Amino acid sequence: MSELSENAKKVIEEHLDRYPNKQAVTLPALHIVQEERGCVSNKAMQEIAEILNLSSAQIHDTMSFYGFFRTEKDPLGKVRVWICRSLPCMLRGGEELLAELCDRWGIQPGETTADGSVTLELAECLGACDGAPCMLLNDELSLCVTADDVQRISRGNA
Amino acid sequence: MSNQEFKPVLLGRVGRPNSQSLESYQADGGYKALAKALSMANTDVIETVKASGLRGRGGAGFPTGLKWTFLPKDINGPVYLCINGDESEPGTFNNRVLIEEDPHQVLEGIVISSFATRTTTAYFYLRYEYGRCYRVLKKAIDEMYANNLLGKNILGSGYDLDIHLHRGACAYICGEETGLIESLEGKRAWPRIKPPFPAIEGAFRRPTVVNNVETMACIPHILNNGPEWFMSMGIPKDPNNPRDAGSYGPKLYCISGHVNKPGLVELPMGITARDLIDKHAGGVWKGRKAKAVVPGGISMGFMSEAELDTPLDFAGPGRVGCLGLGTAAVIVVDDHTSMVDVLYNACRFFAHESCGQCTPCREGTAWSTKILERIRQGHGKLSDIDTLLEISASIGTIPGTTICGLADGAAWPIKTAINKFRPEFEEYIKSGRKSEARQLAGAH
Repeated sequence: MSELSENAKKVIEEHLDRYPNKQAVTLPALHIVQEERGCVSNKAMQEIAEILNLSSAQIHDTMSFYGFFRTEKDPLGKVRVWICRSLPCMLRGGEELLAELCDRWGIQPGETTADGSVTLELAECLGACDGAPCMLLNDELSLCVTADDVQRISRGNA
Repeated sequence: MSNQEFKPVLLGRVGRPNSQSLESYQADGGYKALAKALSMANTDVIETVKASGLRGRGGAGFPTGLKWTFLPKDINGPVYLCINGDESEPGTFNNRVLIEEDPHQVLEGIVISSFATRTTTAYFYLRYEYGRCYRVLKKAIDEMYANNLLGKNILGSGYDLDIHLHRGACAYICGEETGLIESLEGKRAWPRIKPPFPAIEGAFRRPTVVNNVETMACIPHILNNGPEWFMSMGIPKDPNNPRDAGSYGPKLYCISGHVNKPGLVELPMGITARDLIDKHAGGVWKGRKAKAVVPGGISMGFMSEAELDTPLDFAGPGRVGCLGLGTAAVIVVDDHTSMVDVLYNACRFFAHESCGQCTPCREGTAWSTKILERIRQGHGKLSDIDTLLEISASIGTIPGTTICGLADGAAWPIKTAINKFRPEFEEYIKSGRKSEARQLAGAH
């Protein structure tokens, strides 16, 4: 059975004519798969490689460079919450916010709560320094957040 | 003109109802500059941009028009324009606001620049974290296709262009132009050795221009108002320095950290850091004083309080030992904050974001972080200070040991923090105290 859904395959193939070669669809394909499955499994990697006419080692090479992508051993929870720790956020409580969330959820950055609802990540500059400390929920920024805000926003989306 | 009278150009439409829609953009005169450009020879568009003195807003400040002229004269086959929307330099968020609030201004600049460079396919590389930007841009691009502003025969001119959005995956190095190109091509974002520069061999081994988002936003205004108008703002070139290209036009300054009103401010280039903080950011918070200020993203290093009268133009920060204006992202650190903690944060950022390709960068950023970690644990040695300086002198394109400038950016916070605040580091180490700042076992 195929690991990629019919829809994922279709969307990946729709990207092909945007670029002069197939390898350029690697990042879009990884995003499409991870968005659907919460990780990119070995089998998915091989199926992406088949569509793009590449070796699965090339997909792995690219995928492993970006800490963003998760393997099947380490899938994402229902929502992914990033807390910024770079200088502008650190100066306004970003580190304390991240530590507080680790305490409340009983996990370290990079880990997922036992019920699989939230993956907590530390982030380098999220580009919302005007609203430090800031968070990213999946790919939506929220500015000037407290630990209570983060919990509320995460629950609302989980 | 005084800054009080300055009417925002790039942020002029921000806050208006439906500022993102094509209809409202056109009601405000949008896409007139494109129609004008399409009626000109592409080389005349390049000359206009060149004459304006516009320098790239992404950090390096390279003259935009000049960059375009580096494309080979007789090209058979495609030329690519890559828009660098990977804005990730700590403190920087101007591109986010420009895209979220006024996407068509940026997109009009892209179409004009593509026409000038004879590009028929443009890739907009956008950092993944800017999901809202992605959705706003996607909608704006759809509107453009539906209104003959993209696709075949744009506005009846015979010129064709497609713009494709390409999302990154949370890696700072993708903001380096050849790292961006490698990432676009589906590979790990390892910067390339230059030359060849992208203008000769870039994306998909074709001639390529990489331009920043704010740079693109300037282009329609230059076409509409002329190069002289653009040059009426900012700091003219230094007549005693033939290599100075001047600092013209409006500039977006991002202000963050310990100020009362963090935010984005548009001003003619060249305001001093002190005026920016006091007049446009409500001053330092809690009635405190500034201890250190980053002039343009942390890779530029630190200015001391005594240096705050430095103008934030392309040449100013360099005169006080900083790397340059960078992204004009000003981060204010108050006098209650330890420079050891601040420098540790900067070093940790670069250690996290080094792509690992060049050993001096990979090891230098990691070891400088470890040394500062040790100092923060109360186990520092006075000789650590010189070791840090030695690392900072050994990594980067300036000493010639790395392929790209990430390591220069990692070196500058170390050099400037230690050279300007050395007694604080010495006192901290001698005291043997531990940092009060919290530390986490990082997952990365």
